[in-house]
Amino acid sequence: MKLINQCKLQFKSLAENVAFARVTVAAFASQLDYTLNELEEIKVAVSEAVTNAVVHGYENDSQHFIEITVSLTEKGMEIKVEDRGKGIEDVDRALEPAYSTDPERMGLGFVFMKSFMDDFRVESEKGQGTKVVMFKKVNSSNTETEH
Amino acid sequence: MQWTFQVEGSILLVRLNGELDLGVANKLRTELDSALENHDARNIIFNLANVTYIDSTGLGLMLGRYKKISRYGGKMALVAPQPQVKRILELSGLTSIINEFKDESEAMAKTK
Repeated sequence: MKLINQCKLQFKSLAENVAFARVTVAAFASQLDYTLNELEEIKVAVSEAVTNAVVHGYENDSQHFIEITVSLTEKGMEIKVEDRGKGIEDVDRALEPAYSTDPERMGLGFVFMKSFMDDFRVESEKGQGTKVVMFKKVNSSNTETEH
Repeated sequence: MQWTFQVEGSILLVRLNGELDLGVANKLRTELDSALENHDARNIIFNLANVTYIDSTGLGLMLGRYKKISRYGGKMALVAPQPQVKRILELSGLTSIINEFKDESEAMAKTK
């Protein structure tokens, strides 16, 4: 896949930066031909990944950094969200719907990421951090109807 | 995000304006819980007409308050969510346990 454009964001692990991250990634994504609805889905997926990094990865300690790499290709966009926080001990369990370590949360973060993106994977190791890699096809509905 | 609270008998009417995510959730949660306690309200109506964004943090906040008031027989209602917000509410399953209304007066009448 030919790379059209790429950006890297690095920001402190602060709750206020969740909105910054989703708006910035959606603005960058709008260089591709996404619908408004798809841009909304991208915003939710990015928010969920960054929220996880702030709340779970760094346990609300704002001294750390979260990094996002966005790569635009003619097929779509890859978004990588990385933290070097505490990591997830059991990734499979964390991916189960409604799994949450906090009663105030619904355990829907990964569910939304999976539902709204075309491809999604989580790499994590205890004590080493977490990397979420997501891919959103561009014009996916048009492509499907052509076949 | 901005919000206002209005108390009508046992109902706490919460009007939200803006984006509901992690950036505002803690402050809103604290203020909501104190408003519930201070006014002895047991029902909550969230007017979502001016909410432009919500994610699982916002849903968690609503679900947490729902669980809290349900213990005392309280009810919760949602008013006029915009399409993108409504989609998230539906996907989460929250709309299957919390009623949704077109406007505040209808919600008030059904939530007493």
